[in-house]
Amino acid sequence: MALNTPDSDPSAFRGTSPGLRLILFIILSLTLMVFDYQNQHLKNVRRFLEWSVYPLQVAVNAPAALGRWASESLSTRADLIEDNETMRHKILIQSGHLQRMAALEAENVRLRALLESTAKVGERVLIAEIMSVDMNPFRHQIIVNKGSKDGAFEGQALIDAQGVVGQITRDQIVKSEAILITDADHAVPVEIVRNQLRTIAMGTGDRDHLSLPFLPRNGDVRRGDLLVTSGLGGTFPAGYPVAMVDEVLDISGEPFLTVTATPTAALNRVREVLLLWPGDEAPPEIATNTDQAENEMADGDQP
Amino acid sequence: MSRNNRRMWPVWLVLMATVTFAALPLPDWLQPVRPPLAAMAVIYWSMMWPQRFGLGSAWFVGLFLDILQGALLGQHAIALAAVAYLTLKFHLQIRIFPLWQLTVTVFSLLAINSLILLLIDGYAGNPLGGLARWSQVLTGAILWPLVMGLMDRLRESLKSQDRTIL
Repeated sequence: MALNTPDSDPSAFRGTSPGLRLILFIILSLTLMVFDYQNQHLKNVRRFLEWSVYPLQVAVNAPAALGRWASESLSTRADLIEDNETMRHKILIQSGHLQRMAALEAENVRLRALLESTAKVGERVLIAEIMSVDMNPFRHQIIVNKGSKDGAFEGQALIDAQGVVGQITRDQIVKSEAILITDADHAVPVEIVRNQLRTIAMGTGDRDHLSLPFLPRNGDVRRGDLLVTSGLGGTFPAGYPVAMVDEVLDISGEPFLTVTATPTAALNRVREVLLLWPGDEAPPEIATNTDQAENEMADGDQP
Repeated sequence: MSRNNRRMWPVWLVLMATVTFAALPLPDWLQPVRPPLAAMAVIYWSMMWPQRFGLGSAWFVGLFLDILQGALLGQHAIALAAVAYLTLKFHLQIRIFPLWQLTVTVFSLLAINSLILLLIDGYAGNPLGGLARWSQVLTGAILWPLVMGLMDRLRESLKSQDRTIL
């Protein structure tokens, strides 16, 4: 490259003409996109690439992490004592509940044995932290700091203390990408606790709302009904709270009710989530995200 | 060649910083006005230093954005390569524009970038994002004079070392 080249010189575009280069890059991008869209072929390439940007994400996360660390380590003795006390009370109350839970669980297993259906097995959990990193602004995606190294897998359910948060869409080595239940592309199979009416809760793209588009007009749903995971579809284990119904609109002329619900999990504020391993062992075969959604849709169409 | 490549590193550092900006956690109300800094940097450097910064570099910046944003691999890459191509094609005309005209041009380039991203999102069945996508383009154009001023400073300091920079 001559240093003195005036910028009007066509040699600015080294070698091939810019139009041809553009076409080459377009073909390259389209090929990548098609393969990536199919979600199988580029999985390992992608895993490696995502792993390579991890330091950058750690750097972006650093100020927030530092802030949390500072507020934790600078909290006063009085604050800590108070925190400790409230937590002790909480533990006392919850272990009180759990005492009855053990008896109930035993009873449940006995009853299920009578009905000759399999007993519900326990679940293994792992705490993961959500990194303060922004992803695609039009989707509700998060990054958690546990990856396939820790046993996380694609399709794994995430919960917090109040309910279902989302599921992992890409497990990478040291971290995973997950989508929240409020993402516009996400659907959770749910049932109403009050009457076991099963339906699908779809994300709306708004962090405070889910919608239940497949309830017929004679469906028995009321404001304040609690929705829990039904366990259909296999992604989310049954029985975890998902949302509370806020509004039921019966618009005449529409075939379905317009129902909106508020997620019980604190999706805006949650910092730590639990990864769930249903049945104590990570199942090797999990349907891909899109297959799942389609299955769920199909279930929802038949009320 | 290697002597020249050494001088590219501040430019790449700036580009990486702009890409990282896309991952910086912002409160929800600031999301719609997050400027597309990476696209703006690509426009600036392909306009001001076309000898060293071309389609390939723009494509890699885009690929990096894709990885960081969890988008389809190649989505931002194709958009930025197209924007870099347009900028390179017209860089001699654009460069001598007065600032307001340049800002309008950058606005249209950023809009083309967003339009390509939107088309791909639509085709892939991703959420389209509504108006937020376009308010980002507007913020980008409003911040262009400021960003350009900052990048100009960097260019001035590199200029004394490399005569291919104008």
